[in-house]
Amino acid sequence: MAVISYRQALHDTLRAELRRDDDVVLLGEEIGVFEGSYKITAGLLAEFGPRRVRDTPICEEGFTGLAIGAAMLGLRPVVEIMTINFSLLAIDQIVNNAAKLRSMSGGQVSVPLVIRTPGGGGQQLSATHSQNLEVWYAHVPGLKVVAPATPADAKGLLAAAIRDDDPVIVIENLALYNTRGEVPDGEHVAEIGRAAVLKPGRDITIVGYSRSAVIALDVARRLEGEGIGAEVIDLRSLRPLDRETICASARRTGRAVVVEDDWLSYGVGAEVAATIAEGAFDYLDAPVRRVAAAEVPLPYAKPLELAALPDAGALIRVIRQTLDATRFAR
Amino acid sequence: MPEVLMPRLSDTMEEGTLSQWVKHEGDPVRRGDVLAVIETDKAAMEMEAYDEGVLTRILVEEGASVPIGTPIAVIGEPAGPAPAPPAPARPAPAPPPAAPPPSGAVPPSGAAPPSGAALPSGAALPPAPAQGPVRASPLARALARQHGIDLAAVRGTGPGGRVIRADIDDAIRDRAAPRPAAPAGTAPAGIASAGAVPAGTAPAGAVPAAAAPGGTAPGEEAVPLSTVRRLTAQRMAASAREAPHFYLTVLADAGELLEFRSRVNARREADVKVSVTDLLVRACAVALAGHPELNASWDQTRILRHRRINIGIAVAVEDGLIVPVIEDADRKTLTEIARQAHDLASRARARRITPGELAGGTFTVSNLGMYGIRQFTAVINPPQAAILAVGAAVREPVVRGDEIAIGTTMALTLSIDHRVVDGATAAAFLADLKDLIEEPLRIVA
Repeated sequence: MAVISYRQALHDTLRAELRRDDDVVLLGEEIGVFEGSYKITAGLLAEFGPRRVRDTPICEEGFTGLAIGAAMLGLRPVVEIMTINFSLLAIDQIVNNAAKLRSMSGGQVSVPLVIRTPGGGGQQLSATHSQNLEVWYAHVPGLKVVAPATPADAKGLLAAAIRDDDPVIVIENLALYNTRGEVPDGEHVAEIGRAAVLKPGRDITIVGYSRSAVIALDVARRLEGEGIGAEVIDLRSLRPLDRETICASARRTGRAVVVEDDWLSYGVGAEVAATIAEGAFDYLDAPVRRVAAAEVPLPYAKPLELAALPDAGALIRVIRQTLDATRFAR
Repeated sequence: MPEVLMPRLSDTMEEGTLSQWVKHEGDPVRRGDVLAVIETDKAAMEMEAYDEGVLTRILVEEGASVPIGTPIAVIGEPAGPAPAPPAPARPAPAPPPAAPPPSGAVPPSGAAPPSGAALPSGAALPPAPAQGPVRASPLARALARQHGIDLAAVRGTGPGGRVIRADIDDAIRDRAAPRPAAPAGTAPAGIASAGAVPAGTAPAGAVPAAAAPGGTAPGEEAVPLSTVRRLTAQRMAASAREAPHFYLTVLADAGELLEFRSRVNARREADVKVSVTDLLVRACAVALAGHPELNASWDQTRILRHRRINIGIAVAVEDGLIVPVIEDADRKTLTEIARQAHDLASRARARRITPGELAGGTFTVSNLGMYGIRQFTAVINPPQAAILAVGAAVREPVVRGDEIAIGTTMALTLSIDHRVVDGATAAAFLADLKDLIEEPLRIVA
């Protein structure tokens, strides 16, 4: 197993999939000559040529629609949308075409499309370029939405997305591109729809995904030193959502906190909290709590931006409140 | 959530004794409030709060000594609105914080502003109903169901008085091995509470020679314990063992009271006559309204004062004592009290009384006057602070001015839990009660 960055894992996976399957093509703004705004596609134009790695005009709706048509006819396009904020320009194509065609054609066509797009704040890119809009897509039946938190999952989930016959949105995260971790060599395809228990624990369940799963794991390790056993669930897939793993953990621990980078209202945390209420109600000793971004357009000023995003301190505070509310004694 | 640590109050101090908690769990705390009194090797000193919030947990009991730096309490953010105190036999949950919590998290003093939004538990929820079902976590409910524990009898120590798993675990443990200090929570309140100390009922010096458990000597009969008897025994023994009783007796001139009673009963065509006990229930309620220190209970780490005045009346049943409760006796007319007391007593004897009618008492009256008993002392009905033992009204010579006249006197003996109330306070209550009996119009005024 090699220790590589999340960015490298994405790059290597794209390259491996391009080599494995001639139907795999890449489309996106600046992915070819410029090698990608975040250099995920570095070297791929040179290696695979412009028929496989295609620079597009700045027109998300157009090239997403193009990719959907190509997917309907048998290719496996992997579209890079520079950030999830720009996907709003393509949302009609994604929601009304990609997500619907299999059902509305009575199963005659499928759309084996992948949209890779990074979300997340913390880079001082201001309000319109720092959003976490994954719930917009996770809400829509007909789409699959995955959000890898680790380099290993960046590889496994991207490979799974490319090989899936339905449209899959791969939510990357600007703050994770440089994180490093062990990545299995060779063929590594994850299962979409399965959450991972990153760390077992018996006292409290912390649920996160993408960057928030990394925060959760960090916090859980810190709490370990105080004798608090926090179990960390990385959702990995927002649609389908692995409700069984979530509920099984909440039943074991009786307490749960969800941490997410998106806004609190109607967020992933709300869905997880409702899932726990429905699937583990009789096992809860305290209300499920959520830690999320402040409900404001993300400020540009660094101190304000940091204050608005959830961090380890905010998560620890809410975990302690939940433990105290149940007279947890360490 | 800030922890309060045992402070260093003198140079030579190594540990401190928590001599008194001034604030109690659930109390709102402002910076500078006195939290507790700490005794050091030198002196007793008041300890002030450095943080604001609610005293969510007390970690060190009164009387315990811990090294400096040891966490002794936790000050947290205000919990959601707490329900109003329920019927007092179930010790009331913490009082609600003064103001509802703001919807953003309250940053600890001096800390950086919180990153991200965390919705405070309960902040966005509608306030809990003032009276209503027991607040319990789903897990606590499931465990209570599984172990046959009455949730209403469990004291909730979670936010806002919510019953949580730890409370059920405690209740299960208490039931398995009743500890001397077990709170009254697990035994149904109201059963088997007030009564005369059975002094002299056993033959003097009688340690039955052959009464080994399990066997009976000739001439003896083993009487199995009914539930009422067993609970009476448990609760009376616990009260006699735990509560430091002291007793005050006053002789009241009951002439006016008896006259008043016969006039009340003569002039009405009521279904139920007003009894001396009914008059005393109402008199006690009026007196308690003016002496709230007595309308209280002992709750291990604190005293609970009850806003409602619910008077229990000790009723002898076949093999024990039952204490049905007249709720809000200070707000009921004599007729209402008489009717309710009559109904409760007859149903208690017929064993057709509901647990709800036995719960929630804040003070108890036991009257043995009808047996001609001149005076007696009663065992306190825990966790209440006091019980009144009423003797017979007896015609006897009394001194009026410089004359000897025939008067009617009644001995009233108050048993008081010294942990809750001291002598002078109890004496003032009893003096007021005597005055009420001698000026019975005050009872209904």
